[in-house]
Amino acid sequence: MATVYIDNKPYTADPAQNMLFTSLTLGFNLPYFCWHPAMGSVGACRQCAVKQFRDENDTRGKLVMACMTPAAEGTRIAIHDPDAIKFRAGVIEGLMTNHPHDCPVCDEGGECHLQDMTVMTGHDYRRYPYDKRTFRNQYLGPFVNQEMNRCIQCYRCVRFYREYAGGRDFNSFVLRDLVFFGRHKDGVLENEFSGNLVEVCPTGVFTDATLKHHYTRKWDLQFAPSICTHCGLGCNTSPGERYGMLRRVVNRYNGEVNGYFLCDRGRYGYEFVNSPQRIRQPLLRREGVAQPVSRAEALRAAREFLAGKQNVIGIGSPRASLEANFALQTLVGPEHFFAGVAEDEYRLLTKMIQVLRSTPARTPSLREIEQCDAVLVLGEDPTNFAPRLALALRQSARQQPFAATDKMRIPRWLDHAVREAVQDDKGPLFIASTHATRLDDIATRVFRGAPDDIARLGFAVARALDQGAPATNLSGQAVALATQIAQALKNAQRPLVVAGGGLNSESLIEAAGNVARALDVAGKDARLSFTVPECNSMGLALMGVAPLSAAFAAVKDADAVIVLENDLGRQVPQPVVREFFERAFHLIALDCLSNSTTERAELVLPAGTFAESDGTLVSSEGRAQRFFQVFVPPGGIQESWRWLRDLGALCENSEIAGWKELDDIIVAFSNAIPALAGIQNAAPFSGLRLAGEKVPREPHRYSGRTAMHANINVSEPKPPDDPDSPLSFSMEGFPDQPPSALIPFFWKPGWNSIQSTNFYQKEIAGPLRGGDPGARLIESGASDGSGYFTRVPQAFAPREGEWLVVPAYHIFGSDEQSLHSAAIAELAPKPHVAMNPEDAVLLALRPESLAEVKVDGSSYRVQVRLRPDMPKGVAALLVGVPPVVGVHLPAWGTLQPAQLPVEGGPERTA
Amino acid sequence: MEKPLTQHVRPDGEMLDLRAYEAAGGYQGMRRVLRMDPREVQQLVKDSTLRGRGGAGFPTGMKWSFVPMGPDAPRPKYLICNADEMEPGTFKDRLLLEATPHQLIEGMSIAAWAIQAEVAYIFLRGEYVESARRLQKALAEACEARYLGRNIFGSGYSLEMHLHTSAGRYMCGEETGLLNALEGKRANPRTKPPFPQVSGLFGKPSIVQNVETLCNLPHIVNNGTEWFKKLSRTADGGTKLYGASGKVKRPGLWELPMGTTVRELLEEHAGGMREGFRFRGLLPGGASTDFLTEEHLDVPMDFTAVQKAGSRMGTGTMIVLDDKTCPVGMVWNLEKFFAQESCGWCTPCWSGLNWTERTLRALEEGRGRGGDLEKLAYQTWFNAPGNTFCALAPGAAEPLQSALKYFREDFERHIREKRCPWK
Repeated sequence: MATVYIDNKPYTADPAQNMLFTSLTLGFNLPYFCWHPAMGSVGACRQCAVKQFRDENDTRGKLVMACMTPAAEGTRIAIHDPDAIKFRAGVIEGLMTNHPHDCPVCDEGGECHLQDMTVMTGHDYRRYPYDKRTFRNQYLGPFVNQEMNRCIQCYRCVRFYREYAGGRDFNSFVLRDLVFFGRHKDGVLENEFSGNLVEVCPTGVFTDATLKHHYTRKWDLQFAPSICTHCGLGCNTSPGERYGMLRRVVNRYNGEVNGYFLCDRGRYGYEFVNSPQRIRQPLLRREGVAQPVSRAEALRAAREFLAGKQNVIGIGSPRASLEANFALQTLVGPEHFFAGVAEDEYRLLTKMIQVLRSTPARTPSLREIEQCDAVLVLGEDPTNFAPRLALALRQSARQQPFAATDKMRIPRWLDHAVREAVQDDKGPLFIASTHATRLDDIATRVFRGAPDDIARLGFAVARALDQGAPATNLSGQAVALATQIAQALKNAQRPLVVAGGGLNSESLIEAAGNVARALDVAGKDARLSFTVPECNSMGLALMGVAPLSAAFAAVKDADAVIVLENDLGRQVPQPVVREFFERAFHLIALDCLSNSTTERAELVLPAGTFAESDGTLVSSEGRAQRFFQVFVPPGGIQESWRWLRDLGALCENSEIAGWKELDDIIVAFSNAIPALAGIQNAAPFSGLRLAGEKVPREPHRYSGRTAMHANINVSEPKPPDDPDSPLSFSMEGFPDQPPSALIPFFWKPGWNSIQSTNFYQKEIAGPLRGGDPGARLIESGASDGSGYFTRVPQAFAPREGEWLVVPAYHIFGSDEQSLHSAAIAELAPKPHVAMNPEDAVLLALRPESLAEVKVDGSSYRVQVRLRPDMPKGVAALLVGVPPVVGVHLPAWGTLQPAQLPVEGGPERTA
Repeated sequence: MEKPLTQHVRPDGEMLDLRAYEAAGGYQGMRRVLRMDPREVQQLVKDSTLRGRGGAGFPTGMKWSFVPMGPDAPRPKYLICNADEMEPGTFKDRLLLEATPHQLIEGMSIAAWAIQAEVAYIFLRGEYVESARRLQKALAEACEARYLGRNIFGSGYSLEMHLHTSAGRYMCGEETGLLNALEGKRANPRTKPPFPQVSGLFGKPSIVQNVETLCNLPHIVNNGTEWFKKLSRTADGGTKLYGASGKVKRPGLWELPMGTTVRELLEEHAGGMREGFRFRGLLPGGASTDFLTEEHLDVPMDFTAVQKAGSRMGTGTMIVLDDKTCPVGMVWNLEKFFAQESCGWCTPCWSGLNWTERTLRALEEGRGRGGDLEKLAYQTWFNAPGNTFCALAPGAAEPLQSALKYFREDFERHIREKRCPWK
């Protein structure tokens, strides 16, 4: 550690850092623009100017940029130096010469970093009398709105988009005070992390285009700490609501998980909460017609179905909270509770947990993944299946080249100098997949093959690392590649293997497990990361219950069936689910949106979404995280677990009936499943008070609390109670930083924008004070003696007349919820099947034409796409986008050109 | 008086081809140097007191000493000639490029050997089309003669040399802006450290030198350091290509001993002011230098003396201001250039130069108001060295701050009279 002097007082600093980082960490209000905690310093804006003195005798000093000044031993700076103060105000003045005075009509107002820095520097008088330069704005797609007149040329956008996220279709153009940030021509931004521009941009140039449809100021929003439900990674979010409508989702900093960035699906996929297809009242189906009924009537019907019955089965959900799943399990009894996940997928998840627990490899957080210096991806397409992971892997490729720049004594935060010295060098990243991925541009080598061939490669890598691992009969190029991969992993300090649920192949999980085990034998500190499809796939799997197939077997004897937040048509093929519905007696469905299951249910209970409930989800890392209710929904909507509690009361189940608040279930859960009792550490209990107060969900400037209900009743209503958490539905409460799991939004006096996050961290870009939220439930164990997996699959052999249909995903549309957002639906691809052009020729399929794909008992008419890099004999079918749901892949199937549609035919067209 | 750089410039304006260059003693320096240890060559240049002729005047030998040498040095290393002569008022490199391209090639080869570079680039101003043509020809001749390429002069040393014509913009003449432009990136400058000697072109050790600097090298090698030092009148060795433009009788270029005085240049070589014009001041080294006036005429034109007089020698090509030219208009013309050439990276430059230009425009067009001169003075403080990311804006401040100092009354007349009194 070094001693530095700021305004003549000594402070301890990290000499590997710069003086802006140090000042902000210490809580000084030093303004800046172009520096970013995740992207380092470039010295462009000149806003962070301070006076530097050679020693205590130097009275003259000179102006330097704090972000470019190392915090070396003895460094002396003055923030409150008259020249520095004057200069910083001058920088704002310079930015203001061309800046439109848009604040009243600009979306950024109220959370604008430029506003904050302007006030902070004290510049308040316009001396520039000439006119301002203006631009024509571009259409950049449905996510990001552009208003270039507001630009202050800080270059953060282009640095994030190109340098951090690897995007190519966005750049800076022109020069002087005319610099333009945009595309070469109007068009949708291609990068899957483009939405981060709205937070990275310190002014209102890039703003959330979806928020514009229902705009609200930050200070008028009600927030809560929440978790993204669109994939299994568990990124932390801050959704904001007003007038009962979810307005937007922004990133919530979690230093271990998502850091500063979200993917576009997580940011923009929230509109399903506001969808007209929301179920807002209980529905009772009589004579085939679903009618809205009152809560009392719904519960009366439920009692009829359930009271006194011994054989009620419950089907849980990988997207419902642990508490809701547990409530259902307790209600129907563990022997009658089933995971709402198909057998093969459930087996896969179980295997992942087994591997993670039995190999010494650590399951890393996303932050740890960024620091891995050699990576093998087996069979995953992270950009489309677990997007935030792809962004983390892109950073990991920078690790190994740091060794050279460290040697040249270039500080890591001196961003452009590091990138210049590194040029195109990258750390080792090997991607084995069925087709090209969006990470291929940074891959050292890519391997294309059918799932079994990818698994065989993995097994061969393990063998190359440790002769004790099972042999494979790989030959030629594949063996050479396996050796190269093994060498790269062995030479690294923090090697990582990534596999997961993408290809639905147990062999891939086993192969990844073998590589991790072999790395351990080779004395390496290995990491093993598995991706999972849903936000609580891991949690449901950890509960260790029987899969959906067992539920289908049990349904014929069941008195009633309760399905929790699960569209069974998405889990299994139509013929199977049709049969299930025919056999199910008294089907009760709890869900938020109409779907094929609610359409068949006799009783539908309106469940709250993530924004209207509290609960715990377990991410693919094994991190239990709590999401909190953002707002109390209008109408008949209630949290799933509360509905299940109500049903339990009907059945005179005293244990369940006694659950009054969320903590009651958490305690019951921890008692019932001690191995997962760690979920109690995901967030503080509801009774926590800070200086006697709750934590406010609303900023203290929240307006209109009285007026917004005045048309109904002029007397201001009492804000709703929240018995489930230490948060309040109010702006009143504890004003300072709460425990990190309870932070609904970031704010500090003078820092209204997201930059206020700096002051919640122990150290900039480090953990939040008190630790980042979440409790890890899976730690690698000592080896359980089970040894290597030995079932090395045979090499893939194409079949005559059949194709191995494998699943492919798209970030927009493959999940259940995101398509309800118009912006996402606009970008979601149409259902399609991709294949090697030679296969297309064999099948007489032309690109862009329609093909009929028959697989797993279903038939789909989809568009044909050609991908020259795909292995022959394999076809990649986009799954998740209706009607291609519930199909179990990989499976052998047939393809042929689609016949012209027959009136009333049984097939579904895409 | 010896004029090593220009002694063989052909009076008919044609270039010296390879044969003529060699007949005049060309490439002897390179042959000699190939028999010396590279570090010896570095020491020789250090001892010669040669300072960079591009404007900054950094000691050349010292610059080279920071290049990592030896078998573990990163490779390839690069030797780059900055032929992007775009400083307004400067046209000295153009003479050397058009008249004696082989002198440059030889100088570059000597420098490349001294730092053990494998690849060399000439980064040429795109508008210098004639220089481009002649350099292409000279490079082809040198390649054919095996003076460039593999195993040059049969020495075992290989050196590739390429000509790259710039796509435009003044910032490409800034050392690190040049490196970025050569890499195909936007011509924004880089921060130093790390210095180009450590992380330069494509992240590798690189040396960037001006045309005139490099042209001195064959002569230093052939004639020695004492000879070089004796050419000068001051402590900075060698000759200097000086120039003058403006309303003088004989605008032009002259190779003279380093340290020739302003008066000598102005009166003896440029012939003094044209009939009917009186001298008011001059920018000694191109647009981005401070005015010198009557009181400074006996200042020797070398790096140290001009700096002591409150200006910079820069490129040594003087722009002369006469009494019939409005100083405000002149400075406005220069600031228009600087504002346009701002790369747009750092706030004081892209915002301040625009503001400066607009204010001067207003003054010239009779729309000046009280407070304008204070705002202009503020901009020169705001854009001081260190406050900006590179030297462009501080350079732009130099003519402005000195004009405000020496010609303040002229500025004030513009405001008082609501017009330009020279129109």
